[in-house]
Amino acid sequence: MADLKGWKELAIGGVIDKPSTAKEYQTGTWRVIRPVYKPENCINCMFCWLYCPDQAVEIEVVDGKPKMKGFNYYYCKGCGLCANVCPKSNDKLPEEKRAIVMKPETEFQD
Amino acid sequence: MPEVKNRQAVTGAQAIANAMRQINPDVVAAYPITPQTPVVEYFAQYVADGAVDTEMIPVESEHSAMSAVVGAAAAGARAMTATAANGLALMHEIVYIAASSRLPIVMPVANRALSGPINIHCDHSDAMAERDSGWIQLWAENAQEAYDLTLIAVRLGEHEDVRLPVMVNFDGFIISHGVEVVDFLDDEVVKKFVGEPKVKYPLLDVNNPVTYGPLDLYDYYFEHKRQQIEAMKHVKRVFKEIAEEFEKISGRKYDILDKYKVDDAEYIMIALGSTAGTVKYTVDLLREQGHKVGLVKPWIFRPFPKKELQELLNGRKAVIVLDRSASFGAEAPVYEAVKSALYEVSDRPKLGSYVYGLGGRDIKVDHIKQAFEEAFSGNINTDEERYLGLRE
Repeated sequence: MADLKGWKELAIGGVIDKPSTAKEYQTGTWRVIRPVYKPENCINCMFCWLYCPDQAVEIEVVDGKPKMKGFNYYYCKGCGLCANVCPKSNDKLPEEKRAIVMKPETEFQD
Repeated sequence: MPEVKNRQAVTGAQAIANAMRQINPDVVAAYPITPQTPVVEYFAQYVADGAVDTEMIPVESEHSAMSAVVGAAAAGARAMTATAANGLALMHEIVYIAASSRLPIVMPVANRALSGPINIHCDHSDAMAERDSGWIQLWAENAQEAYDLTLIAVRLGEHEDVRLPVMVNFDGFIISHGVEVVDFLDDEVVKKFVGEPKVKYPLLDVNNPVTYGPLDLYDYYFEHKRQQIEAMKHVKRVFKEIAEEFEKISGRKYDILDKYKVDDAEYIMIALGSTAGTVKYTVDLLREQGHKVGLVKPWIFRPFPKKELQELLNGRKAVIVLDRSASFGAEAPVYEAVKSALYEVSDRPKLGSYVYGLGGRDIKVDHIKQAFEEAFSGNINTDEERYLGLRE
């Protein structure tokens, strides 16, 4: 958040004077729990990609098929919807078998 | 002095409606409320007669009127409305939004008592309730000033260094419905004076898309408020520049303060609006008796003319402040501001606070004399609010 503008630099009246500035908003700072991706357990069903409210699930296309790449933590708010809809992640499965594991942010240094 | 070609006997409401006709705003949205009603009524006639190009929006409430002009001004239109009392109170939410969105809307307000109990007559409680809304407040003494200040308001609000909405206050009934002689400027002269609307971030400029009214949380709201504080600091300088230009076309001089016989005055009264006229008359009477008295009438109440009053009032024997509204549980609004301004002066005058005229109660020469005489005899108290024309 160090790049916030001072009052002399801002457009007046709360006007946003250029389009698409929402892209610059680092909603990842809101996150208190983090989805951690375990590719070895993922079946690439794309549910997480479809449901993510912040388009924070990154994918790539390999041999004409979509493949989950991981999370964009700049935008991910940690809502946990991805883990909730993931068929390979639920409370009954042990953690090591889940494709998405929700972990407290406090466990990470960055 | 320019030649007067168009002198008419009109009500203040007619004078303002005529100013609006000459300004020819792009959009007017208004809802009728006594005593503002004739302003809108006369203006609607101009619209019906094709005398203006204005898009007039008859709305279902004042909240909608202010919302509509906010939208119009954001689109890039020169937008106006007018209201009074409870209408202004109903606008309250959007009044703040107009100012914080930095939209130079001009709104004449026919000052009237806020309910309740319900009362339709002159009182300043309506405007005073909006004094911290971020609007510039101009105050007229009579129909002529209401006309002139409405024209000046357009230029003032739209100025690049200001970009704020302007409220032109004129006393309900006393000015709005009283007939006076008014010197109107020629249509062409007004057209040239107000010029084309000076727009900033117009929504209709589709090549440069902007967003109005986005969520503004703890990361930026404070900075936007600071910008509003800064804009207000520019108002007095810009007002003086425009007033100077206005004097050239009208011969009528405006300033931050209207000073009447203050040069050698030992006792100065401060009043807003039409009562200043009665005070001027009383000042003349008292001067005939040898009293060194004068009057100061702020033409601008927001921003508050702190520096100007400090310079003017420092060293006087006494200053008497008249308020046409009360602040329940605190000092009356004009008095409170004057008293606060004088905290820093080297030679503080004695101060007296007088509330008068609530709900349209007449203020008479004898009341004004009474306040002056209490000051002459040293019988005023900085911490005591007194009342003129009130039955005990």
